[in-house]
Amino acid sequence: MFWTFLQRAIRFSTVFMYGATGETITEKSGHLNLGIPGVMCIGAVGGVLGESLYLKSLSDISQINGFAAVIIPIIMTLIFGALAGLLFSFFTVTLRCNQNVTGLTITTFGIGFNSFYMNRIDKTGFTAASEYFIKGFPCADSAGWFGKIFLSYGTLVYLAIIVAVIAAIIIKRTRVGLNLRAVGENPATADAAGINVTKYRYIATILGSAIAGLGGLFFIMDHLGGNIEYNIDAFGWMAVALVIFTVWKPNWGILGSILFGALYISPDFMTVPSAATKEIVKLIPYFVTVVVLIVTSIINKRETQPPAALGVSYFREER
Amino acid sequence: MTNVLKKLKFESPIHISKRTDIPKWKTWLIRGVAVLVALLLCGIISSILSPGSFGSFLEQMFKGCFSTPRRAINLFEETALLLCISLAVTPAFKMKFWNIGAEGQVLMGALLCATCMKYFGGKVDDGLLIVIMLLFSVVGGATWATIPAIFKAKWNTNETLFTLMMNYIAMGLIACVIAIWVPNNSGTVGVLPFGNFPKIGKYPYILNIIIVAILTALVFVYLRFSKHGYELSVVGESVNTAKYIGINVKKVIIRTMILSGALCGIAGWLIVGGASHTVSTEVAGGRGFTAILISWLAHFNPIGMSFTAFLVAFLSQGSSQAASVLDFGGSFPKIITGMFFFIVIASEFFVGYKIKFKLRKRETSKTDSPSADCESEENACGGSDDDGIGVVIAESQSEEEIVLNSTETVPPPQRTSESIQDKEEVEA
Repeated sequence: MFWTFLQRAIRFSTVFMYGATGETITEKSGHLNLGIPGVMCIGAVGGVLGESLYLKSLSDISQINGFAAVIIPIIMTLIFGALAGLLFSFFTVTLRCNQNVTGLTITTFGIGFNSFYMNRIDKTGFTAASEYFIKGFPCADSAGWFGKIFLSYGTLVYLAIIVAVIAAIIIKRTRVGLNLRAVGENPATADAAGINVTKYRYIATILGSAIAGLGGLFFIMDHLGGNIEYNIDAFGWMAVALVIFTVWKPNWGILGSILFGALYISPDFMTVPSAATKEIVKLIPYFVTVVVLIVTSIINKRETQPPAALGVSYFREER
Repeated sequence: MTNVLKKLKFESPIHISKRTDIPKWKTWLIRGVAVLVALLLCGIISSILSPGSFGSFLEQMFKGCFSTPRRAINLFEETALLLCISLAVTPAFKMKFWNIGAEGQVLMGALLCATCMKYFGGKVDDGLLIVIMLLFSVVGGATWATIPAIFKAKWNTNETLFTLMMNYIAMGLIACVIAIWVPNNSGTVGVLPFGNFPKIGKYPYILNIIIVAILTALVFVYLRFSKHGYELSVVGESVNTAKYIGINVKKVIIRTMILSGALCGIAGWLIVGGASHTVSTEVAGGRGFTAILISWLAHFNPIGMSFTAFLVAFLSQGSSQAASVLDFGGSFPKIITGMFFFIVIASEFFVGYKIKFKLRKRETSKTDSPSADCESEENACGGSDDDGIGVVIAESQSEEEIVLNSTETVPPPQRTSESIQDKEEVEA
């Protein structure tokens, strides 16, 4: 029972993990991308589009190639997510628009685009294709609880953890990460020190959006098993919350995502819960995030603060 | 080869500078063009989805809004609701307090309003009930706004993220209350019979529109002529200035957010009491977020906001009518609204910034110098040392000197070494 719970929590946490890792990278550059829910939706559209194009190119569904069925949607999701990020960074970096406003617009657009497109897509073969997303290591069943916890997940789950770890290492340990943090803390100083603020902000936002888009793909192809009826935007906001919860650290983001995932699925494991209790439990992640936000601001330690220039567009001539 | 590429990359022919002196008519011209472009684009998208529907799409948009009095009233009611929430977020935004929790504040107002309708309905007179509902809604909205404000004032807690979370807590609370009220898991409360706004004339919603019109005037006066309005715009411009001239910043933040939340609560009251007569998590319908965009686009001017709100309501109602006629599905209006906002936001750039195109007379290969403002960017990315001499130029050079240099083909050597030194320092 417990192992099943943990396994499902870890699996579901992937949605948040992608979103949070992407948003952390973006926010470290000083850009608060409130378009993350929209970006996840757009990314999901990209992935679904890729999958359906691939399935259509086959003469028969039985010819499906597992590797292609997974990699094509992933690449398409990355492209679509990156395009959404490009749009955001073009508006906020080049046109210097307000980040909150632009982000909310992307969210509105993305949600509309997602539900519009998903209703029109040809869904034949999606269940078969999603099998390849869900498939874990072949030896998972024979390895008991160890197999269940570590080996039973699909490609995207492992990819999420790898991406989060790499992001954490880059931000914390490399020169690129140092520059990125400098841009997010004080772009004017970073600019004076010879760091190309525009370039860093563009790359961080685009990369972050591409990663976040994968969360949408995971939700549809792995969690829902190719069923595309549901909206993703609520998870996008949870991912934004998670970034605060984990105080802008992708490695903590892995644990935070698992915790959020566990909280999200826990109503299903309760014995005879009333509907009201279920709703309360679903609220806990937001409550906890608020508490973390308050506590970190009261403690006022430098390591746990948001990037100082978060939400402020940089214009060199404005000092 | 890489040299040439590098130069191409960094020689930006576009120079952007801020402007403050744009004439009013030009501003409105830019915005008007943006709206037209947005409408045109909607038509083009529609004709891509179903060929030949360009004209009929636009026609349906107007029909959906104006063909019957009922539709026109709906349009104005939606405008009123959007405007009311936009008015609510405006004082906070002027203070640079990024309250994106309007959605949650409206929901809390709606929830408390519906609670009154459920528990007091039938026990007191309907007129009194509406007043009680108003009081509760205002308290609900204001509480939801004040919590983040207190933490912002006291510990400088990030208000954007805090208010965002409050939205979801409000949604969860509503879901929870609904689950208690309706134990059979259907999840819908149904129409509450008491405390509905009276009809004025033949059509519903007239009262909503009147109330919002009065509120608009009040907020306009408050922001423009009252001492409070002045204080909050000083806090928005510079907290230090405000402190220096003796404004109690904490008090201003909390006071403004109470006002902001109270107005959101009124919006919740209007929605539940005046329109939907029921409550659900969807009752605010994303208007809290749309209102933020409206307020920002109108530069926090209540009169401008009423036009913007009308446009947005028109687009969403019109495109939803057009989408149902042309069979595009229910989420099409969201795409259209999103596109509209993108274009209008982009147009604001042309209002706020001036773009100068520098036309070069000659595009020669090696010694073509980048303009002054490209220099530090050059430095920033100049990873390799083999940049050559011709690329570097000092900041103080004017446009004419640059032209001179390129004809002479050899830049002054002294400057070059200086700049290269600079670069080395940066890299070190």
